Amino acid sequence: MTNVPATAPRKTSLWAKHKIFETNSIILILGVLIVISIGGLVEIAPLFYLQSTIEKVKGVRPYSPLELAGRAIYVREGCYNCHSQMIRPLRDEVERYGPYSLAAESMYDKPFQWGSKRTGPDLARVGGKYSDEWQLRHLIDPRAVVPQSIMPAYPWLATTDLKYNDIAIDMKVNRLSGVPYTDEMILNAEADLRAQINPEDPGAADVERRYPKAIIRSFAGDPKRVTEADALIAYLQVLGTMVDFKLYDNKANLR
Amino acid sequence: MADDKHTQPEVDRLTGIATTGHEWDGIKELNTPLPRWWLWTFYVTIVWAIGYMVVYPAIPLISSHTVGLFGYTNRAAVQVELDKLQAQRNAQAAGLADATFEQIKANPDLNRIALARGKAAFGDNCMGCHGAGGMGFVGYPNLADDDWIWGGKPEQIQQTILHGIRWDQNTETRVGNMPAFGRTGMLKRDEIAESVEYVRSLAGLDVEKTANLAKGKEVFAANCASCHGDEGKGNQELGAPSLTDAIWLYGNSRAAMTEGLVNGRAGAMPAWSGRLDAVTIKALTVYVGSLGGGQ
Repeated sequence: MTNVPATAPRKTSLWAKHKIFETNSIILILGVLIVISIGGLVEIAPLFYLQSTIEKVKGVRPYSPLELAGRAIYVREGCYNCHSQMIRPLRDEVERYGPYSLAAESMYDKPFQWGSKRTGPDLARVGGKYSDEWQLRHLIDPRAVVPQSIMPAYPWLATTDLKYNDIAIDMKVNRLSGVPYTDEMILNAEADLRAQINPEDPGAADVERRYPKAIIRSFAGDPKRVTEADALIAYLQVLGTMVDFKLYDNKANLR
Repeated sequence: MADDKHTQPEVDRLTGIATTGHEWDGIKELNTPLPRWWLWTFYVTIVWAIGYMVVYPAIPLISSHTVGLFGYTNRAAVQVELDKLQAQRNAQAAGLADATFEQIKANPDLNRIALARGKAAFGDNCMGCHGAGGMGFVGYPNLADDDWIWGGKPEQIQQTILHGIRWDQNTETRVGNMPAFGRTGMLKRDEIAESVEYVRSLAGLDVEKTANLAKGKEVFAANCASCHGDEGKGNQELGAPSLTDAIWLYGNSRAAMTEGLVNGRAGAMPAWSGRLDAVTIKALTVYVGSLGGGQ
């Protein structure tokens, strides 16, 4: 446009140049892509390189195979439709549910289960709040222990054997997206899964070693049979318990 | 001339508004300006956004981000709120932390505050198992009566809340198991049936006419009396309930009693020491004691 003859009308201002985009779809698409990638670069890319976005805390480990299988049940049954796993930094939430959720606590959640819909209570720190027996009975019939509950019943979880022959594959996929499962963990996945519900299993000590502080006990009552309820309760009982908040320094992690 | 048309759009006669110069099959588009209020609102939002970026954390940098004029963070803000709440509570309940249960009982103000705080904490944390008002469910003890499995003195209630029952993650938890006499083969089928009948006779429940109570008593003395006592009065040290009253945690049907003997019982209660602070647990203790017959 710099070669426009002096005799031509000089009224084509900068604003009139959008005609180039409007009359040429390829250029328009390129323009759109450039604008969107600026948004992505500013809003998303920094989360991958800024070390301060995930606080350094001790204790967060990848889920044990049983907990991971339980997490899959949680997703399958759509628990996230009514339960969030995200305690926001607000006074009343901290009062009710405990310390606000940290980014580090869901760094091995692929994908995270934060959610924003709370028909039921938040579950980010439900681990250790109820006994296994309560969880089991509550899953079978919520009204048996909370008369005013509107949660649906999930009685089949306690009677359905957990299908876990694909748990090692599940862990491999998680590893691809950044969860630090070791070869040893993946190799022993199925054995570890069985051992976690049976303290007398010779492999129970290995589960504890590979997944520090993992709870090893029969969650649904029968240490010889792994049901879907075992997996789901194991998952629920570990939620929010990995970080020891007595040792956590919240002043160092203000952001 | 086409060029002229573009640079100097024609004005529509009816509305007096210029057209954009676009034309489709004789239909032309008016170049109606955006409503002024809308346009100004839009400009204000742009200015607002710039102000927001200056005041609040906004722009990611190489190793950190801009922190904004006042260095605001959610986490600091909630800490301030919580500290304020804590200060408010401390002012209200000055002395609750240090007072003994006797002192709380003797001081109506302190007692009232402890009950109020205990009630709030109970609703959020205990009601799931023990029910509204502490009436309990099958397997979850009623707290509104004067029958205590692990003791109803304030210190005992506090101990139970702090460390839980059969809560293996807590080293000081209360332990005491009803063994699975049937499943492990410690008692035979008929011995279990006999001891069920004998226990029913202790509790004043109906007993099968054909029952061999003498045999049942023998089995009881050999297997049950070490925890439940020779007369079945129970032992709070071991969490063994009395079998002579009308209160039955799992029901008093023959089926429920037989199940307990065959598979054992080991209801668990979480330890709350990591979850609730000491003063809240103290207030809960006072509240739970007040529900029925705290001792």
